Amino acid sequence: MNNYNYDWKKYLTALLITAFIFVTSVAISNHFSNQKIESLRLIGDSISIDILSSDTQFDLLESSSCEAVDNSTFSKELNALGERVAFAEKQRTNTEEVQLLKKQYTLLLIKDYILMKKISARCEVEPIFVLYFYSNLEDCADCTRQGHVLTYLRQKYPQLRVYAFDYHLDLPALSTLLSISGITTADILPVLIIEDQQYKGFMELEDLETLPLFIELQVQKEAEEADKKAEEETAKNKKNNKNLEKTAVEE
Amino acid sequence: MLATELLMYIFLFATLFFQVFILLTFLDTRKDLFKKKDFKLSKFPSVTIMVPCFNEERTVAGTIDSLLALDYPKDKLSIMAIDDGSTDSTPEVLKQFNNNPQVTVYVKENGGKHTALNFGLEKIESDLVGCLDADSFVKEDALKIVVSYFMSDKEIDAVTPSIIIREPKSIIQRVQRAEYYGSIFLRKMLSYLGAIYVTPGPFSIFKRDVFTSLGNYHHAYNTEDFELALRMHSNNMKIVNAHEAHVTTVGPYSARALHKQRLRWTFGFLKNIIDYKHLFSARKGALGAIVLPSGIIALFTIVFFVSVSLYNIAILSINKILALQAINWRLSGSSFSFDLFYLNTDASLIIGIVLVFMTILAFTYGRKMVEQKDLLTGEFILFAVLYVFVAPLWIIHSFYNLILAKSTKWR
Repeated sequence: MNNYNYDWKKYLTALLITAFIFVTSVAISNHFSNQKIESLRLIGDSISIDILSSDTQFDLLESSSCEAVDNSTFSKELNALGERVAFAEKQRTNTEEVQLLKKQYTLLLIKDYILMKKISARCEVEPIFVLYFYSNLEDCADCTRQGHVLTYLRQKYPQLRVYAFDYHLDLPALSTLLSISGITTADILPVLIIEDQQYKGFMELEDLETLPLFIELQVQKEAEEADKKAEEETAKNKKNNKNLEKTAVEE
Repeated sequence: MLATELLMYIFLFATLFFQVFILLTFLDTRKDLFKKKDFKLSKFPSVTIMVPCFNEERTVAGTIDSLLALDYPKDKLSIMAIDDGSTDSTPEVLKQFNNNPQVTVYVKENGGKHTALNFGLEKIESDLVGCLDADSFVKEDALKIVVSYFMSDKEIDAVTPSIIIREPKSIIQRVQRAEYYGSIFLRKMLSYLGAIYVTPGPFSIFKRDVFTSLGNYHHAYNTEDFELALRMHSNNMKIVNAHEAHVTTVGPYSARALHKQRLRWTFGFLKNIIDYKHLFSARKGALGAIVLPSGIIALFTIVFFVSVSLYNIAILSINKILALQAINWRLSGSSFSFDLFYLNTDASLIIGIVLVFMTILAFTYGRKMVEQKDLLTGEFILFAVLYVFVAPLWIIHSFYNLILAKSTKWR
């Protein structure tokens, strides 16, 4: 005869331990999420200081500042921050915190955009930035594709700044930018603004590459590659010459 | 998406609860588990071991030889080889035992394993009766150990052994060796809980009275060993595990053969569980409250996680294709770089790691229980990697057969 006894204590202990492991796992996961958010905040703060510093430096030095102000390294940092904020947004944890960070990031983008516009106007340099208005909601079917195209271009031309703005983000500064840019409805998204020219709807990669900005970037890239190649050639020749000299001396 | 996450956490909670419950059982019983026991017998009850065989020409002689080598009085041990209409040379192989007084050979028309066993049961009058599949081999002291369990507790109606995979050659067999160590641990824990729900073909020994009072073996969707255990529980009979009694068995060699075997097991499990649904009752202790429900939940959990994973992989692939399509299939210049920020730190992943750790613990103790020294790391990794892909196939196949009311075959 089998003894189908109940050891209620064991059932309860198992339940408590399981609950404990669950709660601990959630706590550890939250801890890591908070750390990630904190790291984003730190990056945001650091970029914010850099932008403010460049802006101030620019204002102090006026037109002679063109050579002194070099904030090209920011684009990488801004891009990295943008990617991380987008990742955190997809994780759907700490939603409020992430939304707050996204607003901070968007403000940084707007500030950087204004500074870049100032630099390009005063120093008479071609602006190498793209304003991109998108939506994560179902009202923009082509936004994902457009995002892929811009990501590709950003990877191809690291100096390119893409200022991506979420149409639905509740931020007064963004609303002003949207209204200045004449974007009053989500129906026309995605919208790109390149060299003050507005492009509504999805832009194919080929079409974008025919624009003067990207032709210029391509020329720059090819020139850089050619320079690099030439440098490598020179270094190689030098090495060969040295070897030849060495052989001649030995002989 | 929220419903999927909720379901995922429910499944994880249920799985974790079962693992913790088993771990607590282990902590409660570990002293008894590793205690050196003396298996000396003062009395030797008569035992008959049936060896049903169908096309087992390669292994049956070895199986019977291992039984003949058992450390047990010869006049108390009878071996009954029952050929179930083999079409190979099994009957010829069995002829070599014709002159052995301990062995009786029968040849009958093919009717399935349960018919062969019932054929034998009709002729048996010994105190204990058992079965040994014709591809399994017993260790010398196995019967003594099993009988000593019967002697130590008159309430015991059946004793199951520890089953070890014999000389694994293929990867699939090596993986099964690791898996079987896990089963050894689990079966012993279920034994302590009075919740063993299968009396496997390789060397499960019963009191003759079990069949006298419950009747013979049933077809039971080709899982007669599972059905019999459930029938015994329906009648409050006691099944224990003698982990010290070792039996080695030849595991399916190929993935296809393994799939067939597991399909039969899983389908049989589901069908028999439906037939014996009354066992899902608090009156049946851990068996009804935890073990059987966990078995069902485990199947659904695997199907759920595989479906979600496949869905996620499909979405990722589609996104990647769309991304490449958007940039006209050009290769982007991005290079992979490791960044801690993008590391998944979901609570589900942490719980998953805890579960894997507990599983490793079960495998390790299972191996320790049968005093095997072979290195398990490689096989465990193989088990973890391979079973993720193959186990869902037979589970989903079983559900498919269950829904379409299809049956499974032995081979």
